[in-house]
Amino acid sequence: MINQLALLGAWWIDVLRELGRSGVLLYRVLFYPPQIRRGFPLLLQQVYSEGVLSLLIIVVSGIFIGMVLALQGYHTLAKFGASQQLGPLVALSVTRELGPVVTAILFAGRAGSAVTAEIGLMKATEQLSSMEMMAVDPLRRVISPRFWGGFISMPLLTLIFNMVAIYGAYLVGVKWLGLDAGVFWSNMQSSVEFHGDIVNGVLKSIIFGIAVTWIAVAQGYFAVPTSAGIASATTRSVVYASLVVLGLDFILTAMMIGEW
Amino acid sequence: MQENLVEISKMSFSHENGRVVFEDVDIIIPRGKVTAIMGPSGTGKTTLLRLIGGQLTPSKGEVRVEGKVIHELSYRKLYQLRKQMGMLFQMGGLFTHLNVFENVAFPLREHTKLSESMIQTLVLMKLQMVGLRGAWPLQPSELSGGMARRVALARAIALDPKLIMYDEPFTGQDPISMGVLVKLIRTLNDALGLTSVIVSHDVQEALSIADYAYVISNKKVVGHGTPDEILHGSSEQLQQFIQGLPDGPVPFDYPANSLTDDFLEGNEV
Amino acid sequence: MLSQRWIEVLVGLFLLFALLALAGLAFKVSGLTSLFPTKSYEISANFEDIGSLKVRSAVKMGGVQIGQVSDISLDPATFKAIVHMRIEDSFNQIPDDSSAGIYTAGLLGDNYIAITPMYSQSFMKQGSQIEYTHSAMILEKLIGQFIYKMGGSANDKEKGNENAPKAQ
Repeated sequence: MINQLALLGAWWIDVLRELGRSGVLLYRVLFYPPQIRRGFPLLLQQVYSEGVLSLLIIVVSGIFIGMVLALQGYHTLAKFGASQQLGPLVALSVTRELGPVVTAILFAGRAGSAVTAEIGLMKATEQLSSMEMMAVDPLRRVISPRFWGGFISMPLLTLIFNMVAIYGAYLVGVKWLGLDAGVFWSNMQSSVEFHGDIVNGVLKSIIFGIAVTWIAVAQGYFAVPTSAGIASATTRSVVYASLVVLGLDFILTAMMIGEW
Repeated sequence: MQENLVEISKMSFSHENGRVVFEDVDIIIPRGKVTAIMGPSGTGKTTLLRLIGGQLTPSKGEVRVEGKVIHELSYRKLYQLRKQMGMLFQMGGLFTHLNVFENVAFPLREHTKLSESMIQTLVLMKLQMVGLRGAWPLQPSELSGGMARRVALARAIALDPKLIMYDEPFTGQDPISMGVLVKLIRTLNDALGLTSVIVSHDVQEALSIADYAYVISNKKVVGHGTPDEILHGSSEQLQQFIQGLPDGPVPFDYPANSLTDDFLEGNEV
Repeated sequence: MLSQRWIEVLVGLFLLFALLALAGLAFKVSGLTSLFPTKSYEISANFEDIGSLKVRSAVKMGGVQIGQVSDISLDPATFKAIVHMRIEDSFNQIPDDSSAGIYTAGLLGDNYIAITPMYSQSFMKQGSQIEYTHSAMILEKLIGQFIYKMGGSANDKEKGNENAPKAQ
């Protein structure tokens, strides 16, 4: 019995240590800023590989989610004779919740896992150590651009997701199911508030971006430098990031609704 | 200019999990010579290189490089000092996203403001020294293990460092690559006036080019001297290592229960 | 690895798409008409009961929104609700003897303030106060009144019947 408690205590201490190490890493990434001239092309490179290359999955998911929302929403709303509320239904669901959350989870799966694997592999093949010995700070060269790349890409991807999903809903609702386009858009406009809904959604996506990228970078940096270690770090990064996003979403939603 | 490039005095080091790697170790790396550090696997030879490079901090004692205590330097001074060191890792450590030319050019681009044409000249020169000038457009994935190590060597000498450290350079090499590397290490050391430290457990090759050697076993230095002195040294640990005896101070049998316990009486394993 | 130039172009395109998405979201989805707060002036009105009126509820005249509620507080002396409203500068000819009432949008919708214009020649300006106000209709009070009335008319009927036979 005492043994179990001791193990539990040891596990907790390990968790705290991991959190601490990741915290120190984040601190160093945030507060030792990269040199602008040399760091900018690196950053651009990362925005490309994390953001631009994720566009495909984000756009396709966005369209399908928007279309499904419209289809399901229409059939339920029609029972109450409220099918003109389809616009607001889709727009509010997407900009407030689905946009930031789904984008974050997809990003964690596609870009987050790639970043973790990349950094872990660089650690395992001694590339990071080589850089250190060559007096080049791997934090500035490798970790920091990937972190800022994710920070910048996430909100941009979320905006694109939102617009694409709403457009998908428009395609289904107006073009296919025959709702009136004017009613669709004008009801939407009167229910969706720019500051309350859209800006809050973007705020969420920024916070999710920080969380997902931080987790991805930390898991890669602290991965055990073997092939099994990298594999487990990659899966951990996706799982932790997804869970943290969902948890943060609840907290942020509670804060944002309570504000009103 | 100091006689000794690296001085390690009374150094002890243990890992975070408590495992003691070194206890009261004294090592001197004289300038301009090739020094070999040998010992059985797992005695922490790579750890020693990291201690010299300032990546790790000793628990006791000090490590001095060029007269400065390396583990007490600020980041900036540490990085200044590291520019004068080159390190060749066991697996080469080439950057996989850059080709051979860019890999060797990396330290030049990072630390100097030389023009493109100067960088090109220097890179090709370094590659020529290791015999791979024509391989400059290749990707690291297209290189054999031996070639990758030579490119890593070219990269390590790109900034003309004073000290160069080799982590197990002979491990897993075929005889020809071995011969190439041995020749390179010795010639570069003499031609460029480098100080080389070789960490290896390949007694024959290491002693063939070393000017001085240390043998580390069981957390301590068990013997040091010129290759001749080592080969005829007297301690038992030293002799087991040098001659490659399977049993001796480093035992053959991993600690286990007694024979009767495991094999007779149907005891539980 | 694409060349640096291509990467810059593609990242630029990415940014462009995101900005377009933001613009679309702003104007098409949320109907943002201008990013800058329009010039407005503040007036106030006191109500007995504001029902479920909230800050940022609409202030309408003839059904057209002319402003929104900016502040709601309680007067410690009279215990009436003091409601401050911001009215857009373009509606600066509201007679200063107009009345304000709190209505409900639809049957169970949100509350809003409707201003009914009167005939005065002078107009509301910054700091004016609306004199005539009707409070919100609280559903529970209405039901209470209705039940009371029902009970009352039943009593009246009985009284009427009692009177009638005596008169004979």
